Amino acid sequence: MSDAPSSEAVPRLPRGVRLRHDKNRDEWLLLGPERLFKPDNIALEILKRCDGEATIGAIVEDLAQTFDAPREQVAKDVRAFLVGLAEKQMVEFA
Amino acid sequence: MNEGTQDIPAPLGLLAELTHRCPLQCPYCSNPVNLERRSGELDTAEWKRVFGEAADLGVLHVHLSGGEPTARPDLEDLVAECREVGLYSNLITAGVSTDEERLERLVEAGLDHVQLSMQGPDAQINDFVAGMRGAYEKKLRTAKAVGRLGLPLTLNAVIHRHNIARVGEMIDLALALGARRVEIAHVQYYGWALRNRASLMPNRAQINAAMQVVESAREDLKGRLVIDAVVPDYYARFPKPCMGGWGRQSLNVTPNGKVLPCHAAETIAGLTFETVREQSLADIWYRSEAFNRFRGTDWMPEPCRSCERKEIDWGGCRCQALAFAGDASATDPACHRSPLHGHMLAVAEADAKEEEAFVYRSFANAGAP
Ligand code: SF4
Ligand code: SF4
Repeated sequence: MSDAPSSEAVPRLPRGVRLRHDKNRDEWLLLGPERLFKPDNIALEILKRCDGEATIGAIVEDLAQTFDAPREQVAKDVRAFLVGLAEKQMVEFA
Repeated sequence: MNEGTQDIPAPLGLLAELTHRCPLQCPYCSNPVNLERRSGELDTAEWKRVFGEAADLGVLHVHLSGGEPTARPDLEDLVAECREVGLYSNLITAGVSTDEERLERLVEAGLDHVQLSMQGPDAQINDFVAGMRGAYEKKLRTAKAVGRLGLPLTLNAVIHRHNIARVGEMIDLALALGARRVEIAHVQYYGWALRNRASLMPNRAQINAAMQVVESAREDLKGRLVIDAVVPDYYARFPKPCMGGWGRQSLNVTPNGKVLPCHAAETIAGLTFETVREQSLADIWYRSEAFNRFRGTDWMPEPCRSCERKEIDWGGCRCQALAFAGDASATDPACHRSPLHGHMLAVAEADAKEEEAFVYRSFANAGAP
């Protein structure tokens, strides 16, 4: 099961999942097999940081600083978002 | 940029039927009963142009399908073109004619995903349904090769009376093969499947049992395997939104370049379908008569016209309406509000009791029924 990845876990997009900007619709899209996910602004900021190197901890830190937001809240949101995507096999943890 | 034809959304998916050639003979194949020969197929340059036009139009996913798409020797080229223009490529294959080297070349060309069809959870049932001995073993080999190459795999289990009791085993097989996703797809009755309805149709109890197996597997396997189930609509109360609505999300290009709003659209007499040989994909999508004929809700008769679900299921399947009501603009008889719903149910129940033999899909059996 994918519950509670540690803050050392490194989230990444699995093979066959791509984040791309669609010029027709002028929006970012996460594409997977028969799946299409339209990230909102916050989701997009998280996804852009899932580069296969940054840990969850580092991503939270970066977001908290960039948006001057309370770290605990950010940590909670980031986790919930990533776990949700992992259930749909759109994110995996290394 | 989007041609901005205000109310008409850009399509999301393109099903590219690269060829009708296929080593299997599945009796439920969605290809038309009149199969297109190789000589009529679009060539490499034509398909590449289609993919470029699709990307410009806003298409995101391309499903490389057939027949058996690997029968095209230029498949690597076509995959590379999809990657080049930014399309997500999904190979829909029977997996009986590709060795690991070919797969590797496809991966190098930029293939994103493989969808492998499975006719049953063991060699006996699989090869019986597929009409080809040794098919099962070959499919397993293909699945394992896909895994070794690190590509995501979806297993597509096509379900009908002969394998419906074994849905659970199909899900187990998907897990064992390392698939990320399994599609439990009940046969849709058009094309060859309509010809074989009496030998394929399950009964209501069988469908309910299968749905329960799917539900509990879905819970158990959360996070490990995504299970998508296309519920059969013969025994349903409401129809499915066929293709997400006519001319709303997807388009099909046939081997010879005709552009269809859905697989079976050619069964609707009186509609003319334009071809990519003569018009651009954008022109066909936004302006052709066929795509506009059942688009949106204006064409709807009662009871759809005043129904609160009309933008949920878009009136269901036009081809099914035609098959039962003799009128493609009628309410889909899968809907319990259709006056023909009872009739459709009776047909399904009668068919479910039949003991007909399959008419296998082949060029020899093609043509008039
Ligand atoms: S359904 Fe069967 S016969 Fe038809 S194209 Fe697919 S594998 Fe071939
Ligand atoms: S009446 Fe028409 S719109 Fe309403 S549920 Fe039935 S098919 Fe759908």
